[in-house]
Amino acid sequence: MDAMVRELSYAQAIQEAMAIAMDMDERVFLMGEDIGVYGGAFQVTGDLVERYGTERVIDTPISELGGAGVAVGAALTGMRPIFEFQFSDFATLAMEQIVNQAAKMRFMLGGEVSVPVVMRFPAGSGTGAAAQHSQSLEAWLGHVPGLKVIQPATPYDAKGMLLAAVADPDPVMIFEHKLLYKMKGPVPEGYYTVPIGKADIRREGRDLTIVATSIMVQKALDAAATLEAEGIDVEVVDLRTIRPMDKQTVIDSVKKTSRLMCVYEAVKTLGIGAEVSAMIAESEAFDYLDAPIVRLGGAETPIPYNPELEKAAVPQVPDIITAARDLVKGVR
Amino acid sequence: MAGASKAVADSRANLPFVYRQYSAEQLKQVLYKMYLIRRFEEGAEESYMRGLIHGTMHLSIGQEACAMGICMPLGEDDQITSTHRGHGHCIAKGAEVKRMFAEFFGKTTGYCKGRGGSMHIADVAKGNLGANGIVGGGIPIAVGAALSSKMMKTGKVVVSFFGDGANNEGAFHEALNMAAVWKLPVIFVCENNGYGMSTSTARSTAVKNIADRAAAYSMPGVIVNGNIFSEVAEASYKAVERARAGEGPTLIESKTYRHRGHSKSDRNRYRTKEEIEDWMSNRDPITLFENELREFGFIDDEGIEAIRSGVAQEIADGIEFAKVSPSPDVSETGNYVYTEQA
Ligand SMILES: Cc1ncc(C[n+]2csc(CCOP(=O)(O)OP(=O)(O)O)c2C)c(N)n1
Ligand SMILES: [Mg+2]
Repeated sequence: MDAMVRELSYAQAIQEAMAIAMDMDERVFLMGEDIGVYGGAFQVTGDLVERYGTERVIDTPISELGGAGVAVGAALTGMRPIFEFQFSDFATLAMEQIVNQAAKMRFMLGGEVSVPVVMRFPAGSGTGAAAQHSQSLEAWLGHVPGLKVIQPATPYDAKGMLLAAVADPDPVMIFEHKLLYKMKGPVPEGYYTVPIGKADIRREGRDLTIVATSIMVQKALDAAATLEAEGIDVEVVDLRTIRPMDKQTVIDSVKKTSRLMCVYEAVKTLGIGAEVSAMIAESEAFDYLDAPIVRLGGAETPIPYNPELEKAAVPQVPDIITAARDLVKGVR
Repeated sequence: MAGASKAVADSRANLPFVYRQYSAEQLKQVLYKMYLIRRFEEGAEESYMRGLIHGTMHLSIGQEACAMGICMPLGEDDQITSTHRGHGHCIAKGAEVKRMFAEFFGKTTGYCKGRGGSMHIADVAKGNLGANGIVGGGIPIAVGAALSSKMMKTGKVVVSFFGDGANNEGAFHEALNMAAVWKLPVIFVCENNGYGMSTSTARSTAVKNIADRAAAYSMPGVIVNGNIFSEVAEASYKAVERARAGEGPTLIESKTYRHRGHSKSDRNRYRTKEEIEDWMSNRDPITLFENELREFGFIDDEGIEAIRSGVAQEIADGIEFAKVSPSPDVSETGNYVYTEQA
């Protein structure tokens, strides 16, 4: 029988997933800055400390390198930590433990150990928080073998993928766009998982494949709705996982539509769009392409504070509409 | 002794440090600036509520004596690195509030041309190398600036402001060690307001006083009441002398309190109303300083009133300046990423 489905926000969905994970497995615990009585900078942990106590909802000092490392060490030795970075930007302070330790431990030790740590990263721009609190660094971590990197775009996926991450024996990095936290959507009660490594076709179409990540999925869907009125039929693929990438779903979609556009918020150059484009260029889908591949990504700049500049620095719905129209009509 | 004659000096012999050290004019200027910091932040807060400023901001209301006391003995060439709670440092180091407001409004006339906002407020010309969005981010940078000072023999002293929360970042420890080993002219100023966001120092920090950590890096660790301007200025004065003499760094812990929440999204669930109320009504740094000035005969009610109305005017003018200033054009989104070459 189907579980009861309610409307939850993305943040509530994550909170529910963490509670379920803690109920199911006493090894699961939460660590992060101000996740206890404050409820987390974005109120994702909320009142979990009241329900699970300070032993399982641990406020760390402001010590990202040490905190992430403690989570790695606990995961290595039998616990199942979920570590929250207050902002994804602060991953930069913890790169050593993430990249040199968590990602490589199993490999370096010849498969003798694994590191089932989950790390959560509130990411992205749009809140006026300026250059050091607005970055999209998922491709940095996506470049590191040994890590799994996911970007759920809906409340449903946020819950299901977090539960999949907790069940996963390897380190899983979850990038959560801050503007998604308030987004509402249907979420079933109880336990379910959404597999890591599977893309999702969010809208079927014939004329153009848009591969989008995170908040750009919704923007691509909004653009697709407008384009439909003009007779342009867009297929929207929500990549969901950037490592390991679900190549086949993208390849099959491009073979069907013969056109590809990648939309992501991170800086355009050397990003996910480059990877998806190259992957298609190397695949059997290349022969099906009717037009050059288009990438829409963030501008080659840190995120500015000024609100107009901030908006201009990342793709917006009108940008997607224009680019898609030009692509389908062959305008270069 | 700047500005105070021998007779005046004798009559002040038993007063606290700043009343012996500085002229009445200088001290009135300090009161003016303490009010300027307070009213600037209140003005910024109000503009934020009215939707004129976006993002978030961290107010230092209640901590004005720290910023003013530490900057008192600094010269215009001396430098500071500041924090996310940096409006007070910026004003204390000589910034104009109109250009600060303009920055908060995202305008081209702002100190960062609208690119930085509250969290990156700076005034490089006046020696403020910038607030910082990264807790602890400015500490090694201050050590680097002090290394420049030593290598280039400029005689500059550098102050690094940071909070109690920052002392648990690795950067703090690495920076203090290098500064001590190389005897650099830098002063580490921990504004201990009791909390890093919601986490009290008791819950986050293994030592009772942040100043205790100085021992691990062989430098003096000094604790002052951060709400008493004279105490802060005296500690800073001594640390500056030590730094200029080539004797190396000092760690000053200035114990204080922030009246407002951590940022604009704080529900204050980690501290009691009574605690906040107590600091506001019994230990307000501006009230304490104003009372001393009056008691020691440096100012009368009329003088205080003149300061308050002067500040109110400067704030009103500043906000107006920010409102009418131009915004950057979106075609300039990519400017300043690299140094423009002629
Ligand atoms: C590296 C890093 N971690 C976390 C944060 C989020 N954050 C901003 S201010 C703050 C609290 C800082 O506390 P403290 O150093 O005591 O300064 P205060 O806010 O009390 O002035 C936190 C956790 C950040 N900006 N940078
Ligand atoms: Mg603090």
